[in-house]
Amino acid sequence: MRVMAQLAMVMNLDKCIGCHTCSVTCKQAWTNRAGTEYVWFNNVETRPGQGYPRTYEDQDKWKGGWELNRRGRLQLKAGGRLKKLLTIFANPLMPSIGDYYEPWTYDYDRLFSAPVTEDTPVARPRSLITGEPTKIKWSANWDDDLAGAPELAPADPVLRKVSDQVKLEFERTFMFYLPRICEHCLNPSCVASCPSGAMYKRSEDGIVLVDQDRCRGWRMCVTGCPYKKVYFNHRTGKAEKCTFCYPRVEVGIPTVCSETCVGRLRYIGLILYDADRVAEAASVRDEKALYEAQKSVMLDPHDPQVIAAARAAGIPEDWLEAARRSPIHKLIFDFGVALPLHPEYRTMPMVWYIPPLSPVVDVLRETGHDGERAGNLFGAIETLRIPIGYLAELFTAGDPEPVRAALRRLAAMRSFMRGINLGGERDESIPAAVGLKPEEIEEMYRLLAIAPYAERYVIPNAHAEEGARLEELATGCSLDYEGGPGMGGPFGEASGLPAPVAVENFHALKERQATDDLDRASELRGRVNLLNWDGKGAPDGLFPKRKDKS
Amino acid sequence: MNALDVTLWVVAPYVALTIFVLGHVWRYRYDKFGWTTRSSQMYESRLLRIGSPLFHFGILVVALGHVGGLVIPKSWTEAVGVSEHAYHLTAVVFGTVAGICTVGGLAILVYRRRTVGPVFTATTRNDKLMYALLALTIVLGLAATVVANIVGGGYDYRTTISPWFRSVFYLQPDGEPMAGAPILFKLHALSALVLFSVWPFTRLVHMLTAPVGYLTRPYIVYRSRDDQAGSRPPRRGWEPAGRP
Ligand code: SF4
Ligand code: SF4
Repeated sequence: MRVMAQLAMVMNLDKCIGCHTCSVTCKQAWTNRAGTEYVWFNNVETRPGQGYPRTYEDQDKWKGGWELNRRGRLQLKAGGRLKKLLTIFANPLMPSIGDYYEPWTYDYDRLFSAPVTEDTPVARPRSLITGEPTKIKWSANWDDDLAGAPELAPADPVLRKVSDQVKLEFERTFMFYLPRICEHCLNPSCVASCPSGAMYKRSEDGIVLVDQDRCRGWRMCVTGCPYKKVYFNHRTGKAEKCTFCYPRVEVGIPTVCSETCVGRLRYIGLILYDADRVAEAASVRDEKALYEAQKSVMLDPHDPQVIAAARAAGIPEDWLEAARRSPIHKLIFDFGVALPLHPEYRTMPMVWYIPPLSPVVDVLRETGHDGERAGNLFGAIETLRIPIGYLAELFTAGDPEPVRAALRRLAAMRSFMRGINLGGERDESIPAAVGLKPEEIEEMYRLLAIAPYAERYVIPNAHAEEGARLEELATGCSLDYEGGPGMGGPFGEASGLPAPVAVENFHALKERQATDDLDRASELRGRVNLLNWDGKGAPDGLFPKRKDKS
Repeated sequence: MNALDVTLWVVAPYVALTIFVLGHVWRYRYDKFGWTTRSSQMYESRLLRIGSPLFHFGILVVALGHVGGLVIPKSWTEAVGVSEHAYHLTAVVFGTVAGICTVGGLAILVYRRRTVGPVFTATTRNDKLMYALLALTIVLGLAATVVANIVGGGYDYRTTISPWFRSVFYLQPDGEPMAGAPILFKLHALSALVLFSVWPFTRLVHMLTAPVGYLTRPYIVYRSRDDQAGSRPPRRGWEPAGRP
């Protein structure tokens, strides 16, 4: 047994209101630079929908992730090492900017500079790729809230797997939001695809990063990731991806997307797993067994044997303590409501989801039933084929049973707690029906509904003995910004030494502090420093500085 | 040998070689972040998928051919029984085919750079200079081969250019044989020298980090945080305690 620790996330989809706050704050913190205009480390998709980039889940087309070869061994779906090297000069499986979207800005200056005329001047869109006037045809969430769904949703690869009659039933459709970040997989195919070995999984906390100094722009990681969560910075020619906000989690504060989530639906905690068994579990033959296989790799942090092995592996005590308090472990094992996204890609993703009960409740309500009654809910979970089938294709490779089990528990929590809140009556038959004790349901309710900050985020600090130099650790995403210390070296943009994160923050802060009037506000490049905002008060730079106290 | 010949065939090679080596060392130390192919495949891939493999595979064969022709002495190939005629035939056939692939690929790539809007916008001045030198060298090389071998009935560069090439690396430079070579070969060699001296400062550096190690390394890379204590090595006097 080789115990390793992994920072993991669970998102409770029932609470997502699709506000995109997480995407925007993430972008503001990490990808508001030239070359990353189209890059959304966090994006929120409306399901059913095509996702971002378009139809990324269609692995017959994109060939991301792993598959089993004839001998039952894991191999990259896009081809082995030799094939990778032979196609390195033009990667046949790389999405083009059109599969994402052509980023644009508006000709805002026209609004001010246009001569006086009868007509109101219009700011026309301009492509950020060519600089030419453009027509906006697509974006990262073009099919938000099922916009254009009758035409667009049928191309959803998940929907196509579920059923042919879905198109016919579209009027009675269901909808939910799926926020996505990099899964920080236990068996990351992006890392395996990188020819230069620039991508790596941090052995302390499992965060998957791109070493910007070693990336040579071979683009194979973009193909390798089935979730399409490695992006190619088209200006610097380097791959970039979600960093799990490592500068933040190292000091124990949650990622920006979690911190700013309006629905408070994200949970962060540690999982201990047996690294020696990952490959074996990822190669079980039956795709539907992958969910259980992945669970079997994760270890019980209360088990004395596991604790001993973890100590032997050098995992510090406070981390073990955090693993025992981990909300992730509770949601996956104790409550059994969290499921992995697309386990069939065999990458062992570590951002899990609590499937949404709302499509079921909605159908019940629309048909005039009480959507909170345990009996109704249980019945609907059994009979509603389409929402369940769809969720199963997302979370369990098509096996409806784990989805049903999770939804039944959510339904049980809903009606049990309603009983208590309305009449004070504890109908203990409801928890029993889903195999939980009433106290467990109440604990789950506390975690899911009340969700106190300290229980949602149980993040141990990085080792204190590593001290201040952690903040200088710039192995991940480079934070160069235009005109910043790392941009504009002698070989064109972004050459020269990258700016360490702390230095960059320091520059941004200093710049803001040195600006004393609003006339120069435009020179701030609109940067609000979310990366080192701790969730209290207003983030630095969100509001202009007061001129003077009087 | 006059002074010009000495400058061109004795001094210049060392200057180019020094810039090439030191340039790479310097670039690697100073600009790891800029060390990339800066692929433009995101913008356009239809032309790239024809042009780029054509060019790259072509140039790889050409490079191999140069190793065969310049590095391996004629006496060696003859010792293993390859006659001048057989060598010549293989070299001309392979060389011409690979050369044409390279030039064709390059033509497609240059056309693409010029006509596809986003690719053109992403082209720096540095790139343009590099493209010009690269194209010049390749075209001169192909022209020299074609003119000498096919039109002119054969030129045995292995008795003139190759000894000169090797003499540079023996540190006993002998410009004499080169001074007598046909003009096209001379121009080809000169433009190559210029190309090598700008090489470390262009995106051609990606060649030096061709990822052959990928074939043998384990798929999943784990790295510890303390592998690298910061984005740069600690300055003198600031090394963390407890390290020898
Ligand atoms: S989800 Fe993240 S860790 Fe997993 S393969 Fe994609 S980029 Fe790599
Ligand atoms: S901020 Fe939270 S609620 Fe809003 S879209 Fe993101 S995950 Fe959903």
